[in-house]
Amino acid sequence: MKKILLTVLLTALPALAWGGDELPTPLNNAAAINLVQEHANYLWTLVAATLVFFMQAGFAMVEAGFTRAKNSVNIMMKNLMDFSMGSIAFYTIGFGLMFGATNTGWFGTSDFFLSGWSPDGDPWVLAFWMFQCVFAATAATIVSGAMAERTKFTSYLIYSLFLCAFIYPIFGSWAWGSLLNGSGWLEKLGFIDFAGSTVVHSVGGWAALAGAIVLGPRIGKYGPKGEVRAIPGHNIPIAALGVFILWMGWFGFNPGSTTTADKSIAMIFVNTNMSAAAGAILAMITSWAMFKKPDVGMSLNGALAGLVGITAGCANVGPLSSIIIGAIAGVLVVISVVTIDRMHIDDPVGAVSVHGVCGAWGTLAAGLFNMGGTTIKIISTQLIGIGAAFIWAFGVAFILFKVIDLTVGLRVSEKEEMEGLDIGEHGANAYHDFVTTK
Amino acid sequence: MKKIEAIIKPFKLDELKEAMNDLGINGMTVSEVRGFGRQKGHKEIYRGAEYVVDFIPKIKVEIVIAAAMVSKVTETIINSVKTGAIGDGKIFVMPIESVHRIRTGETDQNAI
Repeated sequence: MKKILLTVLLTALPALAWGGDELPTPLNNAAAINLVQEHANYLWTLVAATLVFFMQAGFAMVEAGFTRAKNSVNIMMKNLMDFSMGSIAFYTIGFGLMFGATNTGWFGTSDFFLSGWSPDGDPWVLAFWMFQCVFAATAATIVSGAMAERTKFTSYLIYSLFLCAFIYPIFGSWAWGSLLNGSGWLEKLGFIDFAGSTVVHSVGGWAALAGAIVLGPRIGKYGPKGEVRAIPGHNIPIAALGVFILWMGWFGFNPGSTTTADKSIAMIFVNTNMSAAAGAILAMITSWAMFKKPDVGMSLNGALAGLVGITAGCANVGPLSSIIIGAIAGVLVVISVVTIDRMHIDDPVGAVSVHGVCGAWGTLAAGLFNMGGTTIKIISTQLIGIGAAFIWAFGVAFILFKVIDLTVGLRVSEKEEMEGLDIGEHGANAYHDFVTTK
Repeated sequence: MKKIEAIIKPFKLDELKEAMNDLGINGMTVSEVRGFGRQKGHKEIYRGAEYVVDFIPKIKVEIVIAAAMVSKVTETIINSVKTGAIGDGKIFVMPIESVHRIRTGETDQNAI
């Protein structure tokens, strides 16, 4: 009796699930399965977007920790505003330039103001927009660190808008346009950049380099004979927290770039983690060999270098290759930080080395370690992408910063820089009950 | 009345306080200070660049006592905070004209 009841129930259940108006057929079953997959894709993409959004907190903490207490309010405001203003800029202009339809392959011309969405239309464009928006803001916020402790706040706002509206999206359309309605010239060549070693990190890093050059070093960074002086950051634990937050956020950044809830995210997750771990270890060893002590700032940068390095190839290489890519990034970042310092380019947090240099390395590595094999053509395409990112991002950002410098001015006055930007720009103090010594 | 001003290593403060308690001294003022003497500064490395910390963190302890107790107190301080290493600090002794307890208006010996 029980058995009969169970059989009846089991056969009746699917009919109930369909509301009783239709019996299951192979065709509508497939549609139902596809719908579940589609919902999973939405969920994964938006969860990943949330993780990437939280990277803003990571960037804010790293930058604040590696700089002096007197500029902390300014750094919080910059990180809050580059995301907020970047969101608006990416909504109005950036997204259309990056993912709109294009005839030329150089920039999109549709989908401004999210016009691809209508209330009764497919909401996928919204989920996709949200994921891409947090990426655009990541590129913008990278620059903040390299220009810390001396940039005028209004000038920073202008630059932020411009980066999210033009510099980042136009390059992005070359490599990623076809993810929606576009088709870029670089992706047609077969350029591999799965989650943005070049598109996000190198673009941000090279713009940061332009900013640091146009601004000049902080007062006191170089002695009268040109010797490099340390300007110690005021809160290393906060910087370390920032790096852990970024590491976690990267689990959205790379695996989320599938924008599909499928099994491929497992390998991307593992690759992301292995590269970061190898980067941190090798940066520690390199700093230990060079400075006799395992340097905390360099080791933290090393983890980020590994993460940036694996971003391009995370879906195209295996875990062992990820360790090699991260390890090389870890060595590279220490040498790069010291070299850039000696070139009298003052980058307080190492943004140019982490994002620009290791982004370029990661993009090359994606070709070198490609699981499907590598050819001269793949390598040369990767090199073209790396070169195009440098010329575009550094070139346009350099002109932009020069124009800002000649009009509204890029740098605060000497007096304000000495007193701190918290007082000068915001009339505020980050640590009110403490004495801020310098 | 005398004031004892002792500059000591920060991690020795608790031992000094205990020793003063044992002597029956029931008040002191402590501040975090920075400075250098023969110890000079020490070197630190930040992101590959070496720098010298000239002013080393120390603790300054101020105690006001009756003049007769000076040698006893200084001896106790030395015994409680001495490590034998350079940078152990210094003790200054100076005269005090008058002391007033704000709550009661008591003065001098009664106010210590």
